[in-house]
Amino acid sequence: MTIAELNKIRDEYHDLVKVRKIVAEEGAKLAEKTGYRKQILVCGGTGCTSSGSKKVLEALESELKKQGLDKEVLVVRTGCFGLCALGPIMIVYPEGVFYAQATPEGVVRVVDEHIKNGNVCKDLLYKETVHEDGSINPLSQTAFYKKQKRIALRNCGVIDPENINEYIATEGYQALNKVLTEMSQDDVVQCLLDSGLRGRGGAGFPTGKKWMFAKGAPGDVKYVACNADEGDPGAFMDRSILEGDPHSVIEAMTIAGHTIGANKGFIYVRAEYPVAVQRLEIALGQAREYGLLGKNILGSGFDFDIEIRLGAGAFVCGEETALMTSIEGHRGEPRPRPPFPAIKGLFGKPTLLNNVETYANIAQIIRKGADWYASMGTATSKGTKVFALGGKITNVGLVEVPMGTTLREIIEEIGGGIPNGKKFKAAQTGGPSGGCIPAQHLDTPIDYESLGAIGSMMGSGGLIVMDEDNCMVDVAKFYLNFTVDESCGKCTPCRIGTKRLCEYLEKITEGKGTMEDLEKIEELSNHMKSSSLCALGQSAPNPVLSTLNYFKDEYIEHIQNKHCPAGVCKSLLSYEIIADKCKGCTLCARNCPVKAISGTVKNPHVIDQDKCIKCGVCMSNCKFNAIVRK
Amino acid sequence: MNEKNLIPFNGTEVQEKELMEVIAAHRDQDGGLMPILQKAQGIYGYLPIEVQTMIADGLGISLSEVYGVATFYSQFSLTPKGEHRISVCLGTACYVKGSDKILEAVESKLGIKSGECTPDGKFSIDSCRCVGACGLAPVMLVDEDVYGKLTPDQVDGILKSYLDK
Repeated sequence: MTIAELNKIRDEYHDLVKVRKIVAEEGAKLAEKTGYRKQILVCGGTGCTSSGSKKVLEALESELKKQGLDKEVLVVRTGCFGLCALGPIMIVYPEGVFYAQATPEGVVRVVDEHIKNGNVCKDLLYKETVHEDGSINPLSQTAFYKKQKRIALRNCGVIDPENINEYIATEGYQALNKVLTEMSQDDVVQCLLDSGLRGRGGAGFPTGKKWMFAKGAPGDVKYVACNADEGDPGAFMDRSILEGDPHSVIEAMTIAGHTIGANKGFIYVRAEYPVAVQRLEIALGQAREYGLLGKNILGSGFDFDIEIRLGAGAFVCGEETALMTSIEGHRGEPRPRPPFPAIKGLFGKPTLLNNVETYANIAQIIRKGADWYASMGTATSKGTKVFALGGKITNVGLVEVPMGTTLREIIEEIGGGIPNGKKFKAAQTGGPSGGCIPAQHLDTPIDYESLGAIGSMMGSGGLIVMDEDNCMVDVAKFYLNFTVDESCGKCTPCRIGTKRLCEYLEKITEGKGTMEDLEKIEELSNHMKSSSLCALGQSAPNPVLSTLNYFKDEYIEHIQNKHCPAGVCKSLLSYEIIADKCKGCTLCARNCPVKAISGTVKNPHVIDQDKCIKCGVCMSNCKFNAIVRK
Repeated sequence: MNEKNLIPFNGTEVQEKELMEVIAAHRDQDGGLMPILQKAQGIYGYLPIEVQTMIADGLGISLSEVYGVATFYSQFSLTPKGEHRISVCLGTACYVKGSDKILEAVESKLGIKSGECTPDGKFSIDSCRCVGACGLAPVMLVDEDVYGKLTPDQVDGILKSYLDK
């Protein structure tokens, strides 16, 4: 393929994709030009697929066909729109109206009333987009989208990820052409340095520097690698990018290959992400077919290709040296650095490894310039960051905001706050390596340094919100259980330290802890931080230390009063039947899995505390609120 | 020794032929052991010692090396799984929304623990760390089907729907 052919495809598909960006009358005019009166976008990301978007898509296509509308209405299966809690999601252009929690039955109505007769089914729309007077608010004006700035996610939920032409229509592969024809390798490195882009995998190392080291490393054979082993539970931004815009990663890796002098790339992706793997395979196939991968790319004489390698469920493989050991076919254990991967990486050769989200920014920085990117964000952290909002928050989903946005803006405005009138307790960032941030720090502007200063870290971007019903000691124990499972066992401080820390927490949650244990926890944590081999062990104590710092009262309450304030820690709970309220219906006794409840019909029942396993089944079954948890 | 490990290996010739083709295809690839193990598990459903031995012989490496890799990654299983594989997500987003109670409900319903298989071979339970469907937390997978926004009382009905499948 030549650049002229690339541009031809871009121009041909330009209007079709643009309809999805401009709405109302202007969009309608453009839509007429494209031959499709309407376009219906259905989310095909993992979240929406899990809530049934496939059935919605099938119903939509068959109904359109039945009504004879399939030639004038284009159905596009896109990647993630971000608002996963409202899935399956469907958007109709040129109106730009947003149908939430779509069902096959609802879709039949939409085709009949809206697509055929022009009457939008307002009762099926996302309620935030419908005003009281019946007028419809564009999606971009809703609280969820208004404060977002989508750069890494720019094509997610907009284009069909399985159609390379739609990526090309959004200036796709133009940055690659620019790098091959107008820029020297040093120009590319300088551009990234000037942009201030830092690694989005968690550590925040300046990307330009990484590229500079890999470029400067001596060697004939070099590799480019992409870390798509998104192991932080609760983080799904990399998956969404791979599912929604796989070519953005492929283009950036090819640019990286040309810049550092590599001809081969590897994408290491979690096996738990089958949809992402499938879309990547399709995208790689199309890029090869177009000659955007393979020999003599765009007539430049540069050769590059990419291979997918699947992970097999080991969190530690998200660590760069462990990831490379795993690609090499071994147990995914980390190795000491130096030598750094830029000097001695995959198969002993200089290797440039970046995270998916980092790559997703590269092509746009090259096209729009370093100054454009550096104009967003804070003094030390430029651009935007994608966060996966999860836990006790109304708008669970994926958001992208400029660095420097505060946690409060993300949680209360974009996220829509805590559901069910509960009180915010903490926000957890950085996953098993990060910490819990309490209410008093909600106004912290998010960047790498400020999150570190309050005892957490940016991490890959998981942001889990917890409310008053979550016990912070239990949460710390949850993370330690995770790191105990996932520690590879190579170095002692991590292998034994995580286990010992976890035992202290178990002791406390069982009401057997002592105040002395709290001191020992801190001492052990500091040893682990200073002497573990890789970031997994070095950061494993963070969830404990941050909760101990901000929620020490809760720890003390568990230790001194044998009481779990949130009512989570089972050993410290008991269920009791209030005799006055019990009608003797026997429902609890019949449902108790361990036969711990005794009593006769129409007489108050009693729970045998020695037998009770505190499962709470009795309480949820009781129709008279006669059972209490203490 | 655990009784479950005593289930005799009954691989077929067709499976073995398929495995040999996989080994041949990846033999000369750098780091080919992982893709071979992944495909072997796809063929046999698990990686018993017999299969590991065939892979070691086929690649000309030691059995201990194959075993070392097979036991390092949680995706690989050395014991057979149930006809229907249940996987309860214990990722953070699911955990803070009570997925531990979902797992308890599944365990008590089937009378086995996570990591085990029912004696009739119908169901096995595992926990996993995040399938990325955090918007639907808490989440459970049965085979390829995702069940989201679960409560413990829904578990019984879901399991029953698989009994006749």
